[in-house]
Amino acid sequence: MGHFRRSRLFLMAVRFAPWLAMALLIVPVAGGLAGVIGPAFGWLPALDGHTVSLTPWQALWRQPGLVDMISLSLVTALASTLGALILVILLLGALLETRAFRAIQRLLSPLLAVPHAAAAIGIGFLLTPSGLANRAMSPWLTGWSYPPDYLFPGDPWGASLILGLVAKEMPFLLLMSLAALPQCQAQSHHRLARMLGYAPLTAFLKGVLPNLYPLIRLPIYAVIAFASATVDVAMILGPSNPPTLAVSVIRWLNDPDLDRRFMASAAALTQLGVTVLALLFWWLGERLVVKLMSQTLTSGRRNHGDRLIGGLATGLTWFILGLLGMSLLGLMLWTLAGYWPFPEAWPWPLTIGNWMEAADTAWHSVIQTAVIGLASTAIAMTLAIGSLESEIQYHRRMRRRTQLILYLPLLVPPVAFLFGLVQLQAQLHIAPGWFAVILGHTLFVLPYVFLSLSESYRRLDSRWAQVAATLQASPGEVFRRIRLPLLTLPLLTAAAVGFAVSVGQYLPTLLLGAGRITTLTTEAVSLAGGGDRRLTAVYALLQLTLPAIGFSLAIGLPKLLLRNRRGLQPA
Amino acid sequence: MPGNDSDNILHLDAIDIRLQETPLVAIDTRIEPGEILTVMGPSGVGKSTLLAFIAGFLDPAFSARGNVWLQGRELTRLPAEQRRLGLLFQDPLLFPHLSVGGNLAFGLRDGNSRRERHAQIDRALADIGLPGYADRDPATLSGGQRSRVALMRVLLSRPHAMLLDEPFSKLDMTLREEMRSLVFSRIHQENLPTLMVTHDEADAEAAGGRVFRLLPPT
Repeated sequence: MGHFRRSRLFLMAVRFAPWLAMALLIVPVAGGLAGVIGPAFGWLPALDGHTVSLTPWQALWRQPGLVDMISLSLVTALASTLGALILVILLLGALLETRAFRAIQRLLSPLLAVPHAAAAIGIGFLLTPSGLANRAMSPWLTGWSYPPDYLFPGDPWGASLILGLVAKEMPFLLLMSLAALPQCQAQSHHRLARMLGYAPLTAFLKGVLPNLYPLIRLPIYAVIAFASATVDVAMILGPSNPPTLAVSVIRWLNDPDLDRRFMASAAALTQLGVTVLALLFWWLGERLVVKLMSQTLTSGRRNHGDRLIGGLATGLTWFILGLLGMSLLGLMLWTLAGYWPFPEAWPWPLTIGNWMEAADTAWHSVIQTAVIGLASTAIAMTLAIGSLESEIQYHRRMRRRTQLILYLPLLVPPVAFLFGLVQLQAQLHIAPGWFAVILGHTLFVLPYVFLSLSESYRRLDSRWAQVAATLQASPGEVFRRIRLPLLTLPLLTAAAVGFAVSVGQYLPTLLLGAGRITTLTTEAVSLAGGGDRRLTAVYALLQLTLPAIGFSLAIGLPKLLLRNRRGLQPA
Repeated sequence: MPGNDSDNILHLDAIDIRLQETPLVAIDTRIEPGEILTVMGPSGVGKSTLLAFIAGFLDPAFSARGNVWLQGRELTRLPAEQRRLGLLFQDPLLFPHLSVGGNLAFGLRDGNSRRERHAQIDRALADIGLPGYADRDPATLSGGQRSRVALMRVLLSRPHAMLLDEPFSKLDMTLREEMRSLVFSRIHQENLPTLMVTHDEADAEAAGGRVFRLLPPT
């Protein structure tokens, strides 16, 4: 009897999981947006705003440089997404089914785990006038014995911001594309086109891409939304006067003058509009490309500068990889540097003094980061597994609309709805702290965990479960004793992805923790604004190390624990 | 010995494909214009590997020796797209993003005016009994119609030789007969040397040419 009851309990929990997951994704975003609308129109009882007015908007329009901020956000978002996408397309087209491609793929995957802030700090340090790039070329090539005088990062055109975003978004888009390739019969279509005489890149552009693009459209939109509203990367690499709109929102929000919060709310809503506008521009661009290219697709031309463009793409990809690799090296050197005058390419003597100095406070941040990361990953994993299990138990596949809900926190600018959540938090007298921060992180961890896990979960051969069921196993037992063990590897990978996403979060910690909770990311970002490169580098490197440990465990644990189960080993 | 330049002969010159030094396929033959050589054998015997080698898609896990000559050109050093081989796959693989006419246009070599290309496609469609189908979505075609479009798409790319990879195995019995006679008659008509890989005796019989049997590895 107990066996039977347990089984019903399991099925009930599984039935509720998808609803709980959806609620977790929808309620904070919708509630947060609602929470920002009131103050944007002057209504915020906590701050004595009792009348509805347009004053916050008038104050916003009067801000110097508002138009520049908006156009900077738009341009950097669209340019970086376009750059990353073009690189991914050309790379796939030129190198699909070649050996070099596998090497690049292996190098790019770990880059996905690098937190945005760490990558941005690394790139900034590398390319700054006194950075490693110039040191490596000075004075023997450039003749410089003093750092040259140019503004980078933080150039007024946002070039450094665009570069940083491209480097970070390209691995993401590539991974999403790789996952989508089998779904659109990419290999068969590519071979077919080549047998018909099309050069590899042209074969990809004309025969594969039109079917691939619809499958990666949502991830692309997520990249645009992220790039248009990013705060941490823009704070580190973007111009500071005026900065992007999202950065300004945070500045106004943190202004000691509490009245500025009304204006900040209006700005947060404007940020939502800017993101929508960026998506709209992109969508129009899609139409235009389809219109312009429809003739070319069937023109019969078999080679559109294949070799040149392919070579260029390969070169650029190696450039990006080199950039990230050099950034990492630069970070390491800075953490070990004592006295390191300009043209020297190598700090000498090396010291661990910086690490010792940072140890006390950094340790504290490491713990907090890990706790938040583990907690939010655990919640997200439970919800994702429950939702996927319910698909199996109740034979309901996720529909396209539900897929969109999954992307909700990735499409709505966090700066807009998190800020609203903070207002609500104050309104409802919920103390900011651990609970809010962990839930805030879960909101962003859940979509990635789900996306990472869903393919393997759905593709698992259903006959295993059928065999177990004929051996009298209940649904709960099948889940616990069959499905979970068989999925050890994807489960661990999804958990590592989730943990990495949490470690990289900046805004949820900053806003929902009200400054009382610090993680490696919040520390690294605030240090990056100061002048202490050594300490910043220590934090950036630590920030990068935590997800790396997560991924090492995800790969290493199965090798150790399942050493006598070769069928479950990573390939 | 390579074939004479003017002869459209597909010459498989001492081909020997191995998987980690285990011999898999060895063949040495000349396929005359319009001739259909059938390569038969149970699955897993290396038929597809031979085809992949000739077409230029051999998995790097295999090692291969020997040369493939076509119209006096040595193919194995050329990338797949420059070999001028028409490969008919098991599936029709019509591009879902293009119309039926668009799929044919994809195969058609470039050079002519747009109007001339349209006329060519209309003629080709009439040729396979699908007049007026140019704007149709390939997803709305029947299995047999799709196979015919796929055949025509290959022929429009003006290949110098044909490779058939179990081209009829996914069609039902009645369609199979029909497709066979269509494919074979087009091959004879265009005088193309052809290598067909199959496990269906009836295919070999219908082709009426030489049969090369691969034996399971011992």
